[in-house]
Amino acid sequence: MNPSRKRTVRLVVALSTAVLLASALVYTSFSAASPALTPSELVRQAQPGRSYQLTGTVVAGSVHRSGAVLDFSVQDRAGGTSVPLSYTGTVPDPFRAGREVIVTVQKQGSSFVGERNSLITKCPSKYTTAPPSENQNV
Amino acid sequence: MGLLIALIALVLIGVVAVIVGAPLRRARGARDVAFAPERDELEAAREAKYREIRDAQLDYRTGKLSREDYEAIDAQLRAEAIAILDQLERLTSKDA
Amino acid sequence: MAGLGFACLLLALAVCAYGIGASLYGVRSGRVEFSESGRRAVYALAGILTVAFLVLELAFLRNDFAFNTVADTSSRTTPLLYRAAAVWSSQEGSLLLWAWLLSLWSSLALFLTRKRLRDVAAYATAILLGFGGFFVSLMVFYANPFATTHPAPPEGVGLDPLLRFPTMMIHPPMLYSGYTLCTIPLAFGMGALLARRVDADWIKAIRRFSFAAWLFLGCGILLGARWSYSELGWGGYWGWDAVENASLMPWLTGTAFLHSLMIQEKRGMLKVWNVSLVLATGTLAIMGTFLVRSGILNSIHAFGGATLGVPFVVLIAALLAGSTYLVVSRREMLRSEHRLDSLLSRESIFLANNLVLVGLCFVILWGTYFPLISEAFTGHEASVGPPWFDRYTVPLALILVLLSGIGPVIAWRRMTLASARRNLLIPSCCALLALVVLLGTGVAGDKSLATAMFCCAAFVLGSIGQEFFRGTRVRRALAGEAAPLALVALVRRNRRRYGGYVVHLGIAVLFVGVAASSSFQHASELGLSPGQSTRVGAYTVRYVRPTATLTPKYDAAHTGSTLSLGAVLDVTKSGHHVSTLYPSEGFYASEEASQGSVGSLIAGQPVSHVAMDAGITRDVWSAIAPDIEAPALQRIVQIGNKTLPPEDALVALAALARAYLQHPPVAQFHFIVSPLVMWIWLGGLIVVGGALIAIWPAPSVVRRRVAVRSRVRAARGLARA
Repeated sequence: MNPSRKRTVRLVVALSTAVLLASALVYTSFSAASPALTPSELVRQAQPGRSYQLTGTVVAGSVHRSGAVLDFSVQDRAGGTSVPLSYTGTVPDPFRAGREVIVTVQKQGSSFVGERNSLITKCPSKYTTAPPSENQNV
Repeated sequence: MGLLIALIALVLIGVVAVIVGAPLRRARGARDVAFAPERDELEAAREAKYREIRDAQLDYRTGKLSREDYEAIDAQLRAEAIAILDQLERLTSKDA
Repeated sequence: MAGLGFACLLLALAVCAYGIGASLYGVRSGRVEFSESGRRAVYALAGILTVAFLVLELAFLRNDFAFNTVADTSSRTTPLLYRAAAVWSSQEGSLLLWAWLLSLWSSLALFLTRKRLRDVAAYATAILLGFGGFFVSLMVFYANPFATTHPAPPEGVGLDPLLRFPTMMIHPPMLYSGYTLCTIPLAFGMGALLARRVDADWIKAIRRFSFAAWLFLGCGILLGARWSYSELGWGGYWGWDAVENASLMPWLTGTAFLHSLMIQEKRGMLKVWNVSLVLATGTLAIMGTFLVRSGILNSIHAFGGATLGVPFVVLIAALLAGSTYLVVSRREMLRSEHRLDSLLSRESIFLANNLVLVGLCFVILWGTYFPLISEAFTGHEASVGPPWFDRYTVPLALILVLLSGIGPVIAWRRMTLASARRNLLIPSCCALLALVVLLGTGVAGDKSLATAMFCCAAFVLGSIGQEFFRGTRVRRALAGEAAPLALVALVRRNRRRYGGYVVHLGIAVLFVGVAASSSFQHASELGLSPGQSTRVGAYTVRYVRPTATLTPKYDAAHTGSTLSLGAVLDVTKSGHHVSTLYPSEGFYASEEASQGSVGSLIAGQPVSHVAMDAGITRDVWSAIAPDIEAPALQRIVQIGNKTLPPEDALVALAALARAYLQHPPVAQFHFIVSPLVMWIWLGGLIVVGGALIAIWPAPSVVRRRVAVRSRVRAARGLARA
């Protein structure tokens, strides 16, 4: 095979591999992603066994801790439907009533359970050069 | 206080104007003889070529290149270096 | 004073506008004095912004609460050190820091190239001033650091306690230096395309700036990881957070560029690729800056300042459009001079390395912006988590480490298969030996990825060791020096090569640390009462007794908290005492009057103070979340709220502290034992050391300008080099 053909073959092989890998990447991202839902959407759409990313505000007065389990409710940012859930795992420092949180939940029976160490609290609305989120993924 | 700030601001503006305007006042249209892009370019190419020759030498001495490969590459690199040196010579003799 | 600061900003804007005009006019008309004037405009900008920065810094140090940013982020009770750093904790202040650092680094870069690359530098000046002007305009029109309120409030809100850590002083300036330094190669890259000069001279200059950018950005990233690990309460150093990813992406393309630049230097190949990498790195750096400040990625860091999103999108779109146009219109001049000689060559290993790095960058880019992508394609926002990132980045990282061990033993241009086999023998044996040991001692177990990484690192160690050994031997044969002297001389005369080898070694050490600490970690989260203990890995941790400290003056971390509740922990292994840890949680005052006179003293952002025993083989990490919501303690707060005026409120806190010490409620603890975490930081230090060796200017004996007048002299000069 002359050099020029060899080069073309190499190029084709390299490009095909890249396209294949990229496709695998794109496909798995869509299937592995957790959809982000607000409490009102979650109540409507949640199916048992699937993980969802619940985003909303912690309802004042709903935070109770019993041992290792933290119970609290998450409400739409604009108010309205609130979803109670039980969460086990590390609680980030900024967590408190009124703060915006993101927590991965699963529907178990008629209640929602937070996935272990998936609670993220958004830093307060004022800008800070804040550190990487309080994301627990141990 | 407001007066002091205004004074400082004026001083700043003045200093900036002097710094930025200096070249304009100094050389009115005089061509810059020190600027020689071709020579800079050739000198940089020469240094890079010297480095390549040394790299090839080190490659050979640390056992990565066979003798035949090294001699071929070395000869090629030296020829390329000589070509650059020739070009440089022509340039400097032109200026001289 | 605020007036002076704002006047500086306006002056800065004027100087930028003038500088852009003068540089462009100078380079187009050939009138050098205008290009020169344009360059001095950059120096002037640096001076003006220094004054502006000093004005702001002084306002913080003097507690001038008339300044809105000072009132929002500082207070009389914030310790001095953190007041100084609070300058860059706000949107406005951080923009000023960015612009100031940009002007400083640009001044340095333009000063260093003042005698060469005149036309390229002139265009670069215009582009850098364009960036400067952009950031100054943001401050003038959107986020003014010198905005004031009259009358000035008597006290400020205080620096967010989450930021009251020493690393807070260094991490942002280091990271911003990295980001701003990335724009300099971008400017010189665009300048080179505009001036149609992409050649050896340009390569020399741009390598230095890219290396500096890479170094600072890398340090900034590592410092951020260290901050996250040792000072935040979750015990991890990397969470694939959007902000972390944003800083990693330009670093990856920068690494690729540093390698592929060498190919262009030697063979005149990959010009389009290199220019694209340089432009991509700069654009990714701007995107990184933008990500932190806009509301585009809703998931994690949706800060306020959504108004800044639009100008940034416009800038990035302009950068992308401009870059594409330049590369396409100059493609004739970017044609390769040669082709790849052989697949078995250092060039082709570098190419592979580039592909892996760009692939990594693409994976991270996709995952980070996925919420936007999914929204665009499916109408629903969805995000991918760390497991998805890990799945793709870990194999790529393995390949990268392996390549970094293969590259050093492959020659430039071409190599025979026999030669390659001979040179790869020892490194392969090292890897095999490591595998045998790991399997034999049972460490490998089911941790195949970690084992693979350890073997790859052993491979790199073997390869680098072999290179140093052989090189020293050559030097000794040539110059007859003793081994240590020969080694030093070898490195001094071949800084780029051996500095690079040290960097590779550092990266291997770093990845060993990452692999070990992720795969072999033991963690435990549970509630404990005094006297109780738990096992974490091979260690036993016992909660000895509670601690409580009061008043800003005496808090353990000197961060200005009003109350600090913690614990004394005794860590033992097989009965032998290992260390004593003192984790605590600091409670800070807030301005919320609704919490009551006592409540408001502790209603602020609580911050966990981690206690850690760091060692070369493992870290024992602990954090505590004391139950301040316990009914007994809350009763004291409520009684205090009802009966005590604000000036006496501390009395209630003293009672609370006493109550906590006497009847401590169950506290939630988080313990982690991670092996080899220290290797990550050590690896980083080795990388920095190697980078410094590589960029340090070579001794003059090598760079002496050989005044060549004849070929004979040239040949002799070459032999001596």
